Amino acid sequence: MRELVIISGKGGTGKTSLTAAFAALARNSLLCDADVDAADLHLLMQPTVKRRTDFMGGSKALINPDLCTGCGTCRPLCRFDAISERLEVDPIRCEGCGVCVDFCPESAIDFPVQRCGEWYISDTRFGPMVHARLGIAEENSGKLVSLVRKESRQLAEERGHDLILTDGPPGIGCPVIAAIGGATALVIVVEPTVSGIHDMERVIDLAAHFRVPGMVCVNKFDLNLEMTEAIEQLAQTRNAALIGRIPFDPVFTRSMVAGKTLFEYGEETPTHRLVREIWGNIVDSPSMNPLGIVDFKATIQ
Amino acid sequence: MIISVASGKGGTGKTTVATNLAVALSERGTGVELLDCDVEEPNAHLFLQPSIERTEVVETPVPLVDESKCTFCKKCSDLCRFNALAVVGKRVLVFAELCHSCGGCMLVCPEGAITETGRELGLLSFGHRDRIGFINGRLRVGEAMSPPLIKKVRSAADPDRVTLIDAPPGTSCPVIAAMHGADFVLLVTEPTPFGLHDLRLAVEAVKLLGIPAGLVVNRADIGDDQVFRYAESENLPLLLTIPFDRRIAEAYSRGRLVVEELPEWREKFVDLYRSIETIVHGRQAAVCANS
Repeated sequence: MRELVIISGKGGTGKTSLTAAFAALARNSLLCDADVDAADLHLLMQPTVKRRTDFMGGSKALINPDLCTGCGTCRPLCRFDAISERLEVDPIRCEGCGVCVDFCPESAIDFPVQRCGEWYISDTRFGPMVHARLGIAEENSGKLVSLVRKESRQLAEERGHDLILTDGPPGIGCPVIAAIGGATALVIVVEPTVSGIHDMERVIDLAAHFRVPGMVCVNKFDLNLEMTEAIEQLAQTRNAALIGRIPFDPVFTRSMVAGKTLFEYGEETPTHRLVREIWGNIVDSPSMNPLGIVDFKATIQ
Repeated sequence: MIISVASGKGGTGKTTVATNLAVALSERGTGVELLDCDVEEPNAHLFLQPSIERTEVVETPVPLVDESKCTFCKKCSDLCRFNALAVVGKRVLVFAELCHSCGGCMLVCPEGAITETGRELGLLSFGHRDRIGFINGRLRVGEAMSPPLIKKVRSAADPDRVTLIDAPPGTSCPVIAAMHGADFVLLVTEPTPFGLHDLRLAVEAVKLLGIPAGLVVNRADIGDDQVFRYAESENLPLLLTIPFDRRIAEAYSRGRLVVEELPEWREKFVDLYRSIETIVHGRQAAVCANS
């Protein structure tokens, strides 16, 4: 089983639209939305939720006013300034370290486990999908990303899917680290702008740090041809394979408004053909298929 | 005045709004400082081109165990909720990258065997462009935790100037760190289903923090009208619309500011600030009247 994770560093470069387009082209894949913080893939997939499970994250301190003697021991111990002068815990600042809980001389601080969101196993017209929703202002997004990826792998194994298509989060921090560790390969979607190239370089550094091979695709390449070339040159010097260019095309926004993937919307255009070619390049890439096997089904498993 | 520019969805134009607002305000004589709190992918410097005067490595404390004093009682590993310490036989393993720097292990150790050393979170840079102050944080590649670095950027702000914060995308802890304590949150979105969906989440986050907010719709003529309808139904004031203009997109791609390329936008950004001021002052007056 292989897992392809679509990431970008910079947000809004077209990760989700491309993931959805790939889902329409892939055969026998399972979808995983690892952008739990601002998940959007479901807007194009309209999944039917089959199973809903609470995501229990860390704990948060809660001072029991009946037991608290007001000694104030907890306040200076909290390094996150989460305890007010009136000895109340601000749940947004509370890091869940439990230091106040352990050092309260009256054992007056509870430490209830928090429900930080929920995750789902769903059916879509392109196969099963594992996705999640992190609660607003919650922590533990990396933990939830790891969870949906683990559940995706388990489900893919049970149901015999040989490819997991994972829509990744933006950035290079905790959720991204959780989204790429152990993946087969990454598709890095870059826009040809000064910020696009800057952010791509950091995400390639991250991929190298975790030893996951990356492939680069420039979206809206015709907005700035010079920058597109600079991006492709940089990608090559960093050993990221080039898999193609996509022009700026309002068809992506139109299909999104219609709640459809690129391949379910409108007439076949040159953009459709380019995305098909890119998908072909991904499938044939050495990182997805290091042994060059033409038909996996025909091999001894 | 602290204004945090946030969005939910990435790539909607937070950095464009923050940098252009900073330049437009500075040019009319307002003291401004821009904090780039998108520490995972900081971009504001690419547009503002500030000269950097100094940088500072930011570390977070992590435990350092003196095994000659340690009795391997496991009190530290039992206390740590983040599994950053493990006692294996006559060894204490410290997984520094999992540590949240709460200091609990040091407090609980009966032998005084734990002191603290640092784990590098990233780099702070301080500089300016003309009269605009500039601070950014740059997360070390491989570091997972951005909120402590964001808090460092915030704490370095000059309280005597208008603070403009370029926030990271999303609605989880890094965004909260970039919005907490702000006087106003300026939400930037695009009128598409993704833009709307993530805007709703961002509005929930702003409500949770109790901060007044307003909306900028970027690429306002792509997509559909659902974002505008939503803003109306939520009483979220629409403060600025920026049309999709290939000139703006191409200027952005080269790192150029809109106010430089199309000077007629200066006044629009200044008006945006005036609208924010009116809302914030109106609210402060209402709070005073009630107390």
